[in-house]
Amino acid sequence: MPDATFLDSTELVLNMGPQHPSTHGVLRVILKLDGEKVLGTDCVIGYLHRGVEKIAENRTYTQFNPYVDRMDYVAAVSNGLGYCLAVEKLLNVEAPPRAQAVRVILTELNRIASHLIWLGTHALDIGAITPVFYCLREREEALKILEKYCGARLTTHAFRIGGLQYETYDGFEREVRDFCKMFVPKVDEYEELLTNNRIWKARLVGVGILSAEECKEYGVTGPVLRAAGVKWDLRKAQPYSGYEKYDFEIPTRANGDTYDRYIVRMQEMRQAVRIMEQAVEAIPEGPIMGKVGKVIKPAVGEAYVSIEAPKGELGYYVVSDGSTQPYRCRVRPPSFVNLQALDRMIRGGLVADVVAVIGTLDIVLGEIDR
Amino acid sequence: MADEQKPEGSQAPPPAGGEAAKPAPPKPAAAPAPPKPPAVMAAVPWDSDLAREIKERFGDRVSETSTYLGQNFIVAKPDAPVSLLEYLKLEADFDYLVDITAVDWPKRPERFDVVYVVYSFARNERVRIKTYIPEGFKLETAVGVHLTANWLEREVFDMFGIEFEGHPDLRRILMPEEWQGYPLRKDYGILQQDDRWVQENLGIESGQ
Repeated sequence: MPDATFLDSTELVLNMGPQHPSTHGVLRVILKLDGEKVLGTDCVIGYLHRGVEKIAENRTYTQFNPYVDRMDYVAAVSNGLGYCLAVEKLLNVEAPPRAQAVRVILTELNRIASHLIWLGTHALDIGAITPVFYCLREREEALKILEKYCGARLTTHAFRIGGLQYETYDGFEREVRDFCKMFVPKVDEYEELLTNNRIWKARLVGVGILSAEECKEYGVTGPVLRAAGVKWDLRKAQPYSGYEKYDFEIPTRANGDTYDRYIVRMQEMRQAVRIMEQAVEAIPEGPIMGKVGKVIKPAVGEAYVSIEAPKGELGYYVVSDGSTQPYRCRVRPPSFVNLQALDRMIRGGLVADVVAVIGTLDIVLGEIDR
Repeated sequence: MADEQKPEGSQAPPPAGGEAAKPAPPKPAAAPAPPKPPAVMAAVPWDSDLAREIKERFGDRVSETSTYLGQNFIVAKPDAPVSLLEYLKLEADFDYLVDITAVDWPKRPERFDVVYVVYSFARNERVRIKTYIPEGFKLETAVGVHLTANWLEREVFDMFGIEFEGHPDLRRILMPEEWQGYPLRKDYGILQQDDRWVQENLGIESGQ
């Protein structure tokens, strides 16, 4: 009898996660399978929900600053930049040029660190063990600079509203230059391992395709959108923190599959180095803090400010009621919105591709659940 | 010395108090602000062809088109946002719905702001659509216009208890499904929790 029912059933519901190494955190994906084919998925999220937006309403603007680092914890510097820019917009102040240049360097450095984590874990999911060791080796060098600058490696709290708290340390420029010089050949090294690797291509090419139209429909941004052929990057489209001064390309590809997203991110790392090289050559002299009072008290009003985080558009919608605490601080996390497209990307694919597609979306659950 | 310092110390507060009194007048102005936030914002009318066209097409369903800090926003009647989104998407290239969120103003009769942010790749422009709704009002869902609205509306429902009519799958998304209460409402304390849920599911007295 059990055999008969087993043979009759064509659909199998399989639980993936929440404790699963390939879901990159506590993500639960309920898979509906027909043999190896995925008929549909349902994501269960919220395991890491800490109520960051509620906390914001109960802290002052300054006190909330370190909390944003705990959302996308592999790219904490980007989170901090977005928040600081949003509050600066409300206050109608701008960080001085020197602070902007240092912000750009650290943000790009963190973008590289974030992409390295993605590359290492993505390759590990696919079955390539070596890249993760290489990636973490170079990420260590990037984190060393962050640590030397602000004392923290991961949750950096590197920026303050209005500029920076710390001057650059002695030898900062030299170390950034050394990192840039060291890093480009390493990207070649990763590409040598993967780009033309037959197994790598067999696992990635044509998997999890998301077209440009679908990306827009689902609000997907970042490398996923660019891999589908849309040349759109907020650093170019609506420049902030002086990005308009630097010469860099927006890498795009045409097919929108997992392999293209891999290529786009690899090229983004090279572009990040390019931006850092230009920025570090021309760090202006001057103050590092803008004209911001000790007590931050924006006028009644609201602003939506977004930046190009490593994962896509990271937006902050801050509402002020004229007090020292944000009345409302909404975070628009790129991973949350991008994850919604998972179902479209994997439907009709194979169960083995699920980890490839989750990996290629480059999600961070801390940011999804907040 | 101590005597000299004391009068100085006692002298110091009055100017400080005076200074505090100076920001204080805007404060009473800020206190009644929650009922009508746009009135306090130094928003200027949004001068563009698009704004005029929207005004013309939607008439009194759009009560305001303004710019604040260089950001454009539209204030619409509760029945208008989805038709506005559709209009913006089909006829003005605003093809990317960035975000949907809400703000709770408990003292106001229209308790919630629901805010839609849209972006146009072709124009490189961003517009916010705001609407004010009372508690219990069911907004039309935007899923028919932008698929991304699905999870965004679920989150607004989860956090504020705002329901969307016609949503294909309106469930909680971040909080557990059986959770009672809506955490981002202002009357929900930061230490508050659903004690029964915590006891039943985690087997402990308190999650804190």
